[in-house]
Amino acid sequence: MSSTFFTASPEWRWLIILYFFIGGLAGGCYFLAVLLDLFGRPTDRRLARLGYLVAFPGVAVCGLLLTLDLTRPERFWHMLIQSGTWRPMLKVYSPMSAGAWCLLLFGGFSLLSFVAALDERGRFAALRPPSPLGVLIGVLGGIFGAFLAGYTGVLLSVTNRPIWADTHLLGLVFLVSAASTSAALLVLLGAGSGSPGGLRALSRFDSWVLVLELVALIGLVISLGSVATVWLSAWGALLFVGVVLVGILAPLALYWRGRGVPAGSHALTSILVLIGGFLLRVVVVLSSDGA
Amino acid sequence: MMAQPMGFFTDTTVCIGCKACEVACKEWNQLPATNGGLNTLSGNSYDNTRQLDGIHWRHVKFIEQFSPDRRQGRWLMMSDVCKHCVNAGCMEVCPTGAIIRTEFDTVVIQSDVCNGCRDCIAACPFGVIEINPASGTAQKCTLCYDRLRAGMQPACSQACPTQSIQFGPIADLRARAEKRVGQLVAAGETGARLYGTDEKMLGGLNSFYLLVDKPEVYGLPPDPKMPSRNLRPGSLWSALGAVVLGLMAIVSFRSRGSDDV
Repeated sequence: MSSTFFTASPEWRWLIILYFFIGGLAGGCYFLAVLLDLFGRPTDRRLARLGYLVAFPGVAVCGLLLTLDLTRPERFWHMLIQSGTWRPMLKVYSPMSAGAWCLLLFGGFSLLSFVAALDERGRFAALRPPSPLGVLIGVLGGIFGAFLAGYTGVLLSVTNRPIWADTHLLGLVFLVSAASTSAALLVLLGAGSGSPGGLRALSRFDSWVLVLELVALIGLVISLGSVATVWLSAWGALLFVGVVLVGILAPLALYWRGRGVPAGSHALTSILVLIGGFLLRVVVVLSSDGA
Repeated sequence: MMAQPMGFFTDTTVCIGCKACEVACKEWNQLPATNGGLNTLSGNSYDNTRQLDGIHWRHVKFIEQFSPDRRQGRWLMMSDVCKHCVNAGCMEVCPTGAIIRTEFDTVVIQSDVCNGCRDCIAACPFGVIEINPASGTAQKCTLCYDRLRAGMQPACSQACPTQSIQFGPIADLRARAEKRVGQLVAAGETGARLYGTDEKMLGGLNSFYLLVDKPEVYGLPPDPKMPSRNLRPGSLWSALGAVVLGLMAIVSFRSRGSDDV
């Protein structure tokens, strides 16, 4: 029996599940927006703009959700500043400590890009690629965005709880899921953006990522070994039906039938992917308590 | 200056389940009653405390093993507490620095620093820590840090009427524990063993136990580990994933026909 079954639950519930989901979207949308700006066509800038417009409000909501989840919310700043000495508080080996700093820094970079996206023709447009300053902001913000999208899974693993601490792959699975849900959200929001080529490229990327997500999920279940029996329950059913069938296989089938572009509507495919990504976090976070 | 490492040796074979330690702990540390005093019975055990948590820093576990016809039975009792691990998982993950190691090599949560993120609860290999609703912070045994500073012994060990809970310098306690195991084995109790004296277990537990059965029987993890064991592999897999995703996006955004705008 895994020693993780002898531990107590931190009771991280819906606020944290929402944070994991929205944090993945904020970081993932920013990451994709920067890559669209750097490697896409000029018309893709409209899609990238949507990514920046999503990222900052998203990360702002994340900060609020995390603060509300604390049992002493007024002490949220203890994550960043030592309350006795006023020195910076950072432990690089504690994912929660590193994550708090990542939220702060990503918040800063995504705010700059948000302003640049709002002020497309004004003086703040230089905060976005292709200007050198914009490239610098985008690359650094993109790295923090990817960190935000993936560290949450590592945070769960760096505990002693069932499932979470019984695998090394949660960070990878959350990151890949963040990429697929972010691409889906950009496709959903960008439907009328006048960038059909960019939408096709994002859809194609999403279909590849969904395959990767399926592989990563299978790897996750295998890596759990005997602990995976926890999922021989309603949680496993939700994982299979909600995440694998609805969130991965159904969108993949729609992409397949439309040869890369979803058969039927972009919107349906995107919504299925978003539902799957949300349910993945629901199952991972809550099933640990049922173990 | 570092005083010598202090801790508990809990000899479960002489525990009589009186719960004097629980009461002494609650009294000294001014811990509130469950449910405002409107306690409920567990219904499946003579133990109604049930677990260690934010308002129970000592808990006498009752392991009640009976045959279906109740002709044969065995009672095991064990006063459980924070293990004050030499390598403490809670302290490792705490993002505020609220959890510190004292000059007595014990682990203490500073209640005025903790903001209730609850990462330590998930990180503790033994399920010791919980939120105390009175303070809204994560709390557990402090090994009576205030009493130790005043040259006293912890409230629980002073209250224990059978010397099941022994307090002292770790080196002395270990020697005493080895001797006691030898005595029990010689008397025919072949299951007698120490839990937590081996430094391979989290660097050694400064609160260790003498058991007469496997640790799992007492609700203790057979192989407790540090949360950070998953940090490097988990991060590497994630970093690899980020690189692969970035390349996939670049390929998808770049490889398009010239008319594909």
